[in-house]
Amino acid sequence: MSKKFHVSTTVNGDPVEFLCDSRETVLDVLRDRLSLTGAKEGCGTGDCGACSITVDDRLVCACLMLGAEAEGKSIETVEGIAAGEDLHPLQKRFIEYAALQCGICTPGILVAAKNLLEKHPDPTEEQVRYWLAGNLCRCTGYDKIIRAVMDTAAEMREAS
Amino acid sequence: MQFHSPTSFAEAAKLAADAEGITRFLAGGTDVLVQLRADAVTPDTLIDIKQISGTHDITRRADGGWDLGVAVTGAEMTEHPDLSTDWPGLVEGMDLIGSTQIQGRATLTGNLCNGSPAADGVPGMVTAGVTVTVTGPDGDRVMPVEDIPAGPGRTTLAKGEVISAVHIPPRGAYGGDAYLRFIPRTEMDIAVVGCSVSLRRDGDVITEARVCLGAVAPTVVLVEDAAKALIGSALDEAALDALAAAAEAACNPINDKRGTIEFRTEVAGVLAKRAAKIAYDRAGGAK
Repeated sequence: MSKKFHVSTTVNGDPVEFLCDSRETVLDVLRDRLSLTGAKEGCGTGDCGACSITVDDRLVCACLMLGAEAEGKSIETVEGIAAGEDLHPLQKRFIEYAALQCGICTPGILVAAKNLLEKHPDPTEEQVRYWLAGNLCRCTGYDKIIRAVMDTAAEMREAS
Repeated sequence: MQFHSPTSFAEAAKLAADAEGITRFLAGGTDVLVQLRADAVTPDTLIDIKQISGTHDITRRADGGWDLGVAVTGAEMTEHPDLSTDWPGLVEGMDLIGSTQIQGRATLTGNLCNGSPAADGVPGMVTAGVTVTVTGPDGDRVMPVEDIPAGPGRTTLAKGEVISAVHIPPRGAYGGDAYLRFIPRTEMDIAVVGCSVSLRRDGDVITEARVCLGAVAPTVVLVEDAAKALIGSALDEAALDALAAAAEAACNPINDKRGTIEFRTEVAGVLAKRAAKIAYDRAGGAK
């Protein structure tokens, strides 16, 4: 029998403790143990990016990290992007530009785009497209997403 | 599945040596966890090496070379201010692997130990002359990277052995390297052919060279005849043609939907020429 692992971590700024099995991924833990269902399981093999989260400010796929690896880490998910009722500028632009249809890819894209803008506040369109290449969207054709990210970047630069 | 997070490589090696069934070491997990989830390889024992001190460090040695911890990610290599100045080909090979998310976890050592002949990170290691420290139950030994792959998905490492450090030689003056791969799309695909060239110049003349091909044989191949074609030349047309011929002659590829034997062989020659030109310009001071 494999034992359960007791893991202490931080999720969206809150200290969190959980027990998990050795095979459980961070995505399993977030969704099934912590009821944070924003991160989605699309492929489960790191291809689609629907489960994108940041771990210690590094963008990763939650499906390709074990829960037991999360000990002492700081995890950010889509649930931590808005400040209460106040949406993040990215979220506002995504709604305004209709940069989503079915919505399955959206949480991952928001997390990935936010991480991009924190590292590169003034990205080129090419940079945005490469950065988000690991986030598949089968609805929008990407154009609205790219425009939403580019315009949010401009807006946030003006505001800062 | 047993999961361990040892705090030393000696402990990791002992855990692996004593384990029954299938053992995998876990660094970035971008191959191991995919194989686990796809039920392709279900380890009985998984040993996470990331808690071992030093595994996340990129360190310049006194001789000008670099030591890389085995858990250093592709993103950390690309973001490092000086590593890609010395070894742009090595870093760009690693950087070609997967998406931003994959780069946040994937490691050079994992790419090597996954044993894929199409691994984009490995040809650049081979041409740079990278060596790795292998820790086993009987202690440490140092091996050249090209001696690690044994065939698709297999390495020469024995039970209980784990790569514990990566050593990149000093670049030295007038050296340059480059990695190119062919894929049918613009990014995030597996190499149909990959080629890395590293060389050193004395004026216009090439004095040292190493050429390595990926995805055209059961393992990556260090092509000595291709290096010989370059050494002593000023990268003129005759040398480039000899390089391409030597690269083609070293090919023993598979035939599949991603590329025929004829196509892979021809592309190997083309990529060798192009990579040699880039490495030559970089060795001459071009960025």
